[in-house]
Amino acid sequence: MSQKNRLQSGGRIDRSKPLTFTYNGKQFEGFAGDTLASALLANGVDIIGRSFKYSRPRGIVAAGAEEPNAVMQLGATEATQVPNVRATQQELFSGLVSGSTNGWPSVDNDIMGLLGKVGGKMMPPGFYYKTFMYPATMWETYEKVIRKAAGLGRSPNEYDPDTYDKVNQHADLVVVGAGPAGLIAALTAARGGARVIIADEQNEFGGSLLSSKESVDGKAAGAWVAGVVKELEANENVIVLPRSTVNGYHDHNFLTIHQRMTDHIADRAPNGQVRQRYHRVRSKWVVLATGAHERPLVFGNNDVPGCMVANAVSTYINRYGVVPGNELVLMTTNDNAYRTAIDWHDAGRKVQAIVDTRKNPTGALVEAARERGITVMTGSAVIDVQGSKRVTGVSVAPISEDGSKVTGSVKKLSADTVASSGGWSPVIHLSCHTGSKPVWNEDVLGFLPGKTVQKQLTAGAINGTFNTAGALEEGKKAGLEALSKLGLSAVEVEVPATTEVKESKAMALFHVPHTKPTSQAPKQFVDYQNDVTAAGIELACREGFESIEHVKRYTAMGFGTDQGKLGNINGMAVAAKVLNQTIPQTGTTIFRPNYTPITFGAIAGRDCGALFDPERYSAMHKWHLENGAKFEDVGQWKRPWYFPKAGESMQEALNRECLATRESIGILDASTLGKIDIQGKDAREFLGRVYSNAWAKLPVGKCRYGLMLKEDGMVFDDGVTSCLAENHFLMTTTSGGAATVLNWLEFYHQTEWPELEVYFTSVTDHWATMTISGPNSRKLLEELIDGDVDVSKDSFKFMDWKPMSVAGVPARVFRISFTGELSFEINVQANYGLHVWEKLFEHGAKYDLTPYGTETMHILRAEKGFIIAGQDTDGSVHPYDLGMGWAVSMNKPFSFIGKRGMQREDCVRAERKQMVGIKTIDPNVVLPEGAQAVFDPTASIPMPMVGHISSSYWSACLGRSVALGFVKGGLDKMGEKVYYPLVDGRIVEAEICSPIFLDPKGERQNV
Amino acid sequence: MFYIYCPYCGEHREEEEFHNHGQAHIERPADPDSCTDEEWGNYMFFRKSPKGLHHEIWDHVAGCRKFFNVTRDTVTYEIKEVYKMGEQPKVVAE
Repeated sequence: MSQKNRLQSGGRIDRSKPLTFTYNGKQFEGFAGDTLASALLANGVDIIGRSFKYSRPRGIVAAGAEEPNAVMQLGATEATQVPNVRATQQELFSGLVSGSTNGWPSVDNDIMGLLGKVGGKMMPPGFYYKTFMYPATMWETYEKVIRKAAGLGRSPNEYDPDTYDKVNQHADLVVVGAGPAGLIAALTAARGGARVIIADEQNEFGGSLLSSKESVDGKAAGAWVAGVVKELEANENVIVLPRSTVNGYHDHNFLTIHQRMTDHIADRAPNGQVRQRYHRVRSKWVVLATGAHERPLVFGNNDVPGCMVANAVSTYINRYGVVPGNELVLMTTNDNAYRTAIDWHDAGRKVQAIVDTRKNPTGALVEAARERGITVMTGSAVIDVQGSKRVTGVSVAPISEDGSKVTGSVKKLSADTVASSGGWSPVIHLSCHTGSKPVWNEDVLGFLPGKTVQKQLTAGAINGTFNTAGALEEGKKAGLEALSKLGLSAVEVEVPATTEVKESKAMALFHVPHTKPTSQAPKQFVDYQNDVTAAGIELACREGFESIEHVKRYTAMGFGTDQGKLGNINGMAVAAKVLNQTIPQTGTTIFRPNYTPITFGAIAGRDCGALFDPERYSAMHKWHLENGAKFEDVGQWKRPWYFPKAGESMQEALNRECLATRESIGILDASTLGKIDIQGKDAREFLGRVYSNAWAKLPVGKCRYGLMLKEDGMVFDDGVTSCLAENHFLMTTTSGGAATVLNWLEFYHQTEWPELEVYFTSVTDHWATMTISGPNSRKLLEELIDGDVDVSKDSFKFMDWKPMSVAGVPARVFRISFTGELSFEINVQANYGLHVWEKLFEHGAKYDLTPYGTETMHILRAEKGFIIAGQDTDGSVHPYDLGMGWAVSMNKPFSFIGKRGMQREDCVRAERKQMVGIKTIDPNVVLPEGAQAVFDPTASIPMPMVGHISSSYWSACLGRSVALGFVKGGLDKMGEKVYYPLVDGRIVEAEICSPIFLDPKGERQNV
Repeated sequence: MFYIYCPYCGEHREEEEFHNHGQAHIERPADPDSCTDEEWGNYMFFRKSPKGLHHEIWDHVAGCRKFFNVTRDTVTYEIKEVYKMGEQPKVVAE
């Protein structure tokens, strides 16, 4: 297809660079400088999608971020699919592949469209809520169908091959928008020496000047813009960001900017370039020069392709050399839009009429139109449009002076394009992001930025200053004010001359009347993207949704990627009319970030794949990898889970690891245990306050197990702390709890007991820890000790520690046990870890030294009834619930953390859930962790639940299952029965027993 | 995202370096054992949630690891002052 709507000359496109692109499987041609939208319009493509709810054919309405309909799916390959791209913002490149996001079998012939036509009246607001409410179980099915029908694009099914970056910046001033106001503000601030970032969502700076025929400074506006941009780019204090949308304005002047680096070049970023950048900017001051969006008017069938916003039509003509039709009818409430009819006329195509809703417009542009012989119909409005896939004609009727009703007979005009203008809405989105409530201004007929606590200035159309001269003045003023706030001196900047155009007063009209009442008139669309009509809003108000926030949620007005850019004010006006109040009384909804959609790629940046979250490895990680370990994530740690041999199942590996440890010797990499070095003359006193047991008399060379409680008395961590010297202790914590515990200690030290002299240092990563456990562990250790150190039963007792040299390396060896076997925990400086580990294996081969991981560790400790904080505790169990009253010293002089909490009424009542051992009657049944306990399996459902299983394993050493669990009053119910009804219908019978399944007297470790 | 001045580092830093620890100026009773259940419950569980000025503890957790106090307006999110542990706020609700 040829570019039938392309003008021979004019615009900012390069006719010498044709580009081929694909839309819905067909090839088209456009030019360098086109957007996808301007190229589609040049080729006469009318329908670019189907509407959300009614599946009505839709065309391009606007020319920028405010476009509600032309939301495209882009991507030449599966991996490069991008949904939610506005055709009006996507620059054309050679090979661009685009498609509509909905419409089946095609946008031109859509089956759902029939339903929309026939059933339009049957789909009022709340239709989905009302229709698909019952049965609730069907909702998931409904949802899938509704989503497919709505068609809002899709995400790719393959990994994104491109790279994205995040950039953190600081600036004196961020200028948002590079129209006349923003440009001169940035220029002023830059000349004054401020560090400035100026960002604009478009490929070129200039804003409204890009599509205007105005002259600035006696030359074409574009030439003035080019001069300013050149000066800004040359200034080393200025960062110039085109194709960069300031998407969010957050607290304390923090802005997020989405910069598209290569989206205009190719489907994939070429040569490993970064595709998009996400700038996170902290700025001392901000100038919002975000401009304004023109409001379309709300009239019958105003969504038929060919109905456009007036200024968009001018933009296509002046900037892209595209006239999107042949016969234009312009409807306006103001002088400004007359430019569109003049542009259309000057492009050599027919203007059927300007339909002005005002009785007696008199401005200079009105005269200019009349001079061109264009028919101006005053006191009239386009009340309806003919055509379905493209406008074929309009119905025009005289209306009352207040715009409330049709006052005369309807006249039909032929037209294929209807441009409408109801005035301009300042783009106040960013100002709203930080919670500032916008204020209605009767002169502007729009909402302006309200009071803010941000260091925010505004300039130009965002303030309702819609003419270029005023915008330039305000921009300069904002630049100077920023300089003054920044403590920099003022500079001279000359505001360039512009031609003043006298305009007559605009009319406040949003919703055009029809001969029929709104509910029976043809559909009058307020929000195109969400298919919200004037009748829908009226209905919502009648149904009692009087708050505009409720109207929004009931009708979906202003939802989605559109965020109500075109429709919100019109919707509020419709609601205000029904509720018989003013627009400021009706109020406005608040805009939230993001201003336009942002890709997940930009948000993620490099923080994906392997870099999503850091992984922590112990010093022996390489050995674990080489020896086939399966790993488990514990916090950020990668811990060996078990070490399967060839052909072994997990359970077989665990059985072998458990038996080897109990029969000869096993080894565990325990480096990940949290380690906190505690020093200071009050270290001992401090320990006594944060642990539940006594520390006053722990001698140097001894270790002690402690429970750490919260103020409510509940266990939150545990570990062994050793006395290294009189004022020096080494605390160990759970692997996952190390950071929390350190923070906890610091919190109490700094906020409650600053008088205590004590210092905390995390030394987790400084030490490699290997635990050898089993009857042969002493023999192995003795072989590796250098020199004469006695580790025999009587001189190196259980819960002792000694410094010594192991495998030629200084070590701290702790005789502590988490398996119930004779165990030694060898700690060496981390960079010697692998060396010592390998030496242990060298000497341990004759004892069949067996590496085991976290799973075997869990089984061995469960056989002994040792808890794991976080698995057997959940923030609701105190030491007595765990049967660990032995670890509580109630008569310490200081009321330790948790002591008072444990004495609360609820903590001392009978029948609390208590931890016990659970022995299934059938020894082969391993209960699932989390299984709920009941006393009476014949009780009616829901049965009274009396506890749950917290740990459960197959014990190869005992040849049966072992489990730890909580049962109401369990400590007094030894030997009694308890039942576990499982999800598969089985009811497992079990007996309550001591949690110590193996070696209850602790003889195995005292050898 | 807040921009917080650490009174110990003497610099503004991004909120990501800090961690909020809730309401400030809650003193642990000197003798918990003699507290009634009600007194202890008040200390442990009851916190203010004012609309307006709020004094809260922040921790420069990815920085100097010091705890300090912040007076913040919960409506506008303005930080009115920061002050060290043991000091009293100058900006208080009327």
